[in-house]
Amino acid sequence: MIGSFVRSREAILLAALVALVLLVETRFAGFAAPGNLTRILNDTSILIILALGQMLVILTRCIDLSLASNLALTGMVTAMLNAAMPGLPVGLLLAIAIALGLLLGAFNGLLVWKLEIPSIVVTLGTLTIYRGVIFLVSGGAWVNSHEMSAAYKALPRTELLGLPLLGWTGVAIVAAFAVGVNRTALGRAFYAVGGNPGAAIYTGIDVGRTRFWAFVISGGLAGLCGYLWVSRYAVAYTDVAGGFELDIVAACVIGGISIAGGLGTVTGAVLGALFLGTIKNALPVAGISPFWQMAISGAAIIVAVGFNARRQPGRVILKPEATR
Amino acid sequence: MSLTAEARHLPDRGSRRGARVLRSWELLLGVIAVLIFVANTQASPYFLDPWNLSDATFNITEKAMIAFAMALLIVAGEIDLSVAGIIALASTAMGWALQFDVGAVGLVAIGLGVGLVCGLFNGLLVTRLGLPSIVVTIGTMSLFRGISYIVLGDQAFNGYPSDFAWFGRGYVFWVISFELVLFAALAGIYAIVLHTTNFGRQIYAIGNNPTAATFSGIRVARVKMILFVLTGVMSGVAAICLTARLGSTRPSIAFAWELEVVTMVVLGGVSILGGAGSILGVVLAALIIGMATFGLGLLNVPGIVMSIFTGALLIAVIALPRLYRLIRTGRAA
Repeated sequence: MIGSFVRSREAILLAALVALVLLVETRFAGFAAPGNLTRILNDTSILIILALGQMLVILTRCIDLSLASNLALTGMVTAMLNAAMPGLPVGLLLAIAIALGLLLGAFNGLLVWKLEIPSIVVTLGTLTIYRGVIFLVSGGAWVNSHEMSAAYKALPRTELLGLPLLGWTGVAIVAAFAVGVNRTALGRAFYAVGGNPGAAIYTGIDVGRTRFWAFVISGGLAGLCGYLWVSRYAVAYTDVAGGFELDIVAACVIGGISIAGGLGTVTGAVLGALFLGTIKNALPVAGISPFWQMAISGAAIIVAVGFNARRQPGRVILKPEATR
Repeated sequence: MSLTAEARHLPDRGSRRGARVLRSWELLLGVIAVLIFVANTQASPYFLDPWNLSDATFNITEKAMIAFAMALLIVAGEIDLSVAGIIALASTAMGWALQFDVGAVGLVAIGLGVGLVCGLFNGLLVTRLGLPSIVVTIGTMSLFRGISYIVLGDQAFNGYPSDFAWFGRGYVFWVISFELVLFAALAGIYAIVLHTTNFGRQIYAIGNNPTAATFSGIRVARVKMILFVLTGVMSGVAAICLTARLGSTRPSIAFAWELEVVTMVVLGGVSILGGAGSILGVVLAALIIGMATFGLGLLNVPGIVMSIFTGALLIAVIALPRLYRLIRTGRAA
């Protein structure tokens, strides 16, 4: 089992991540200190959570491009509710955020399941719709830090054993995924649907329904992250997390989640997100302009997908024409 | 696009039935276009002003140029999400070259050249390494625009020569802009290539069944390579027009255009699964999007709210026929 891990893509990605941290550490002492690594984990938690949600969707051969818009819309709604009614308990706002996220995800899922519209078309549409709805509900106005209640802003920052609750939320979701994806029928169904939809039908799995649940779960996680994002940065506006949908896909791709479906692990998605998060945190430390980040993550995606493509498992009976 | 691998297991679409569905799709788009046109004339007295209409075409001409090439690519079963990144990089390269005083012709050559190289890069990754285009081009999208950010940061290139500005602001005749003429000419060329040439039929064949296409002697990788290069070059053309029109280059130029271009193509009835679609549909979709955004703009509707309209239209035109079929078959059963 250890031998197979060493040869797996996760091990290589982990090695690359450790090498990256050590490389920065040799130039700038203190980068690999536990305190800083904790900070990176905390900073990357939202990306980790969303990458896990996206992983489920990609496993079923779909894609969800609306996650960042979903996040921004739920975040705005909680911020406006908080500003209008500061007395509302934060727990209730959190529940509203998750419920709204679930609903937005379910809308995507229903269109994919019942009407069999390709997910890329559905979520391309809802990406712009959800983003536009933010403008409609907010009128283009911002909700600023001073309008938010102290309790609203405090929750993700509260520290427990040296890690803020934001980071703990990420850890908890990772743990839940590790169990849920590997040990539950639904978790295995995501793999079955993506691995071979035809075979999945014959084993009694409803392909459409499984895809629906993938969208619902990823939507709920985006809702959760909507609250986390807005309360952490203490500001809500229409363009929150603009373009983040592709960062999420990038984290999955770097983590070895196959865009063809059915292939990928929780460890991979987490490491992929951490890899991007570490680069993001290392650039300012290394004195490199943050403007380099986009090109670096783009190059990382290309290298990662090129690397993963050579390790296709299973038998390839008829090679796809593109490889010739 | 490997996301759509199931498409290969679909039964073959019969040509006569396919043509009928296609025709009715374009009819539907045409009706929508006319409805929006009529609604606009009723909603605002300024809509029918020739100069207003002419200005409105700039909203879509550059995106539509890319959409034509993208349509071919999607029909062939691939996709290119890096087109806006190519615009940013090509525009940055043109701005960088300003210091060498290369003149308008030099700038155009640079814009086209960068587009060609970027398309070649995408095409090589997809056809030589066999990587899924959706992932490759998400990567190159960040890479291309990222290079622009590295070069420019928060700065901008300004001071394009006035004869270069003509490509974005020039008029050929009365209200007919150079961009509009280019749009119409390209629409014609792409329609001829896709619908009347051997090459066009090969694109459909590849999109419907790449394996069968291979066995019928079509050089699949080569056709796809050409289409990626073509999409890159068209992004270069769009970069030239857009840069000339704006008169400056920032790294955020044409941000998120890739999604608008794909929306235009899909709204035009091109199947995202490959193998079906027409240039006429894309032209109609471009007109619908252009007229709708222009009309809503005249009513002082903010741009972001117009995007709701575009997104809803995209889902609605695809969902409604399917919903209708679902309800009808539900009753029959």
